Amino acid sequence: MVGQRGIRYVGWISLFLLPSLIGLTIFTLIPILSSLALTLFEWDLLTPPRFVGLGNFQRLIQDQNFWAALAHTLSFIAGYIPLVMVIALGVAVILNQKLKGVILFRTAFFIPVVSAWVAVALLWKWIFNPKFGIFNYLLGLVGIQGPTWLFDPQWAMPAIIITSVWKDIGFVMVMFLAGLQGIPTEYYEAAAIDGAGNWQRFRHITLPLLSPITFFALIISLINSFQVFDQVWIMTGGGPAGATSVLVEQIVKNAFSYSRMGYAAALSWILFLLVFSATALQMRLQKHWVTYD
Amino acid sequence: MIETALRPLTRAIGVKAWPATELPRLTSQGILYTLLIVSALFMIVPFLWMLSTSLKTDQYVLSMPPQFFPWPLTLGSYVRLAELFPIGRMFFNSLVVATLTTLGQLLTCSMAAYAFARMRFRGSSALFLAYLATLMIPFQVTITPLFILMRYLGWINTYQGLILPGVFSAFGTFLLRQFFLTIPHELEEAAFLDGASHWTIYWRIIVPLAKPALATLGVFSFMGSWNAFLWPLFVVRDLELMTLPVGLATLHGRWLTEWNLVMAGTVITVLPMLAVYLLAQQYFVRGVVLSGIKG
Repeated sequence: MVGQRGIRYVGWISLFLLPSLIGLTIFTLIPILSSLALTLFEWDLLTPPRFVGLGNFQRLIQDQNFWAALAHTLSFIAGYIPLVMVIALGVAVILNQKLKGVILFRTAFFIPVVSAWVAVALLWKWIFNPKFGIFNYLLGLVGIQGPTWLFDPQWAMPAIIITSVWKDIGFVMVMFLAGLQGIPTEYYEAAAIDGAGNWQRFRHITLPLLSPITFFALIISLINSFQVFDQVWIMTGGGPAGATSVLVEQIVKNAFSYSRMGYAAALSWILFLLVFSATALQMRLQKHWVTYD
Repeated sequence: MIETALRPLTRAIGVKAWPATELPRLTSQGILYTLLIVSALFMIVPFLWMLSTSLKTDQYVLSMPPQFFPWPLTLGSYVRLAELFPIGRMFFNSLVVATLTTLGQLLTCSMAAYAFARMRFRGSSALFLAYLATLMIPFQVTITPLFILMRYLGWINTYQGLILPGVFSAFGTFLLRQFFLTIPHELEEAAFLDGASHWTIYWRIIVPLAKPALATLGVFSFMGSWNAFLWPLFVVRDLELMTLPVGLATLHGRWLTEWNLVMAGTVITVLPMLAVYLLAQQYFVRGVVLSGIKG
């Protein structure tokens, strides 16, 4: 540390810190606090805000749309998380080997990650088109009559899950690759000398040593999937018949289409609670099944 | 709890791009390649379908069985898209918004990170903890008040409304601070004895040494901004001010069944990011591991 004395030092600190501090105060801190306060009001932006106490939360408990959105968000998570974790791990293990053309394959998995969600959602909406899309055409080639996907309340969510898994495999895979890189090869050599088979090595070396990264990737994916929105908004808009309505979509509709500012804020804090408690829960469980070192 | 949550992140800062350790062969190469090729096709074919659709004439878009190779090959849908829709303007908007957001983030985050990592002052660690705490709050929590603030300031349908809320990042500050902490002190001590100011040390020593970290933050904030949908959806209504993702959503709403037009729009949106990725691969890889927390 150098030059730590006097008024000039305070001046330097202010110079470096203030742009970020002022910006974050205006665009993050104050909105967070206002959002909390906003939950206590009813406000349509046209008439003055009206204090309703916990009225928004009472309404929320009775709001069927909210419970439906919560259920759909959870069903999205139940489908998406296991699929994306397992596939990404499998791909990472394969891509971690020295194979010719491995860079090309890695790039293939990474292209969807850098593409805008809106573009990906539109592409898959077209692919899932019941009449002219290639998905049902390909299913037809193997003799399967595909459903109408996004137009069918039963199949709309699975279609969104498939799309999301497709987009995020590369993202989760890269985290696993970083973890695999940290496993010393001597362990595998030692295990091979002791006569451990492929599966045993994977089960007893790779999986335990990868657990901190698995855990990390799981939390990140969970947090992200509570916030699922872009693909839903583009592919179904929450339909058909509300079958894919999710939490963030409800926040957006309430804030944006119905001008219910207080209610939207209340919904967003429910989202925060979910994200936060999921993280906290996993932090506790972590002790039982994550091996560090 | 925050500390524990961020531990893998802190470690990941040392992660090399594309690891090349050799695992013992799990199974024969033939099976591996077959698996890989099938799954890579699953990743690539949708993009080829996007491109193929965008190059078709109207009458072949909705043909069954689908025409995989577009023939006659035409750029007609790109031309028509540009005539019907301000797609060029949207491209420009995306470029301006992503570039300015990125530059703003790099500057403000690195300056704050310098204060946190290289200067000692009272309340420093409490303030830093407050920065970390904001990372636990999802963006959706702030979106309603931010939207109200933008209306109040008259920033709906403006560039500042699109850009400024994205410029200040607690995450970026955290990322750069962690990197700055790893830079040894000897250089700046010598410079300070020679009479260099904090600004000189920041600009001439720390920033050049932190280029990999800055590049990582840079590509990620550019990508985040280029691809962003939720905030631009709130803050712009005017076609002329839309960024590409919001523009695409509107395009799809208007020309619902003209998939060649819509796919031309998606190609225009995806290609620039793809180019950035191919040029800066190593930073993306590091960034994914690091940026997970941002959600």
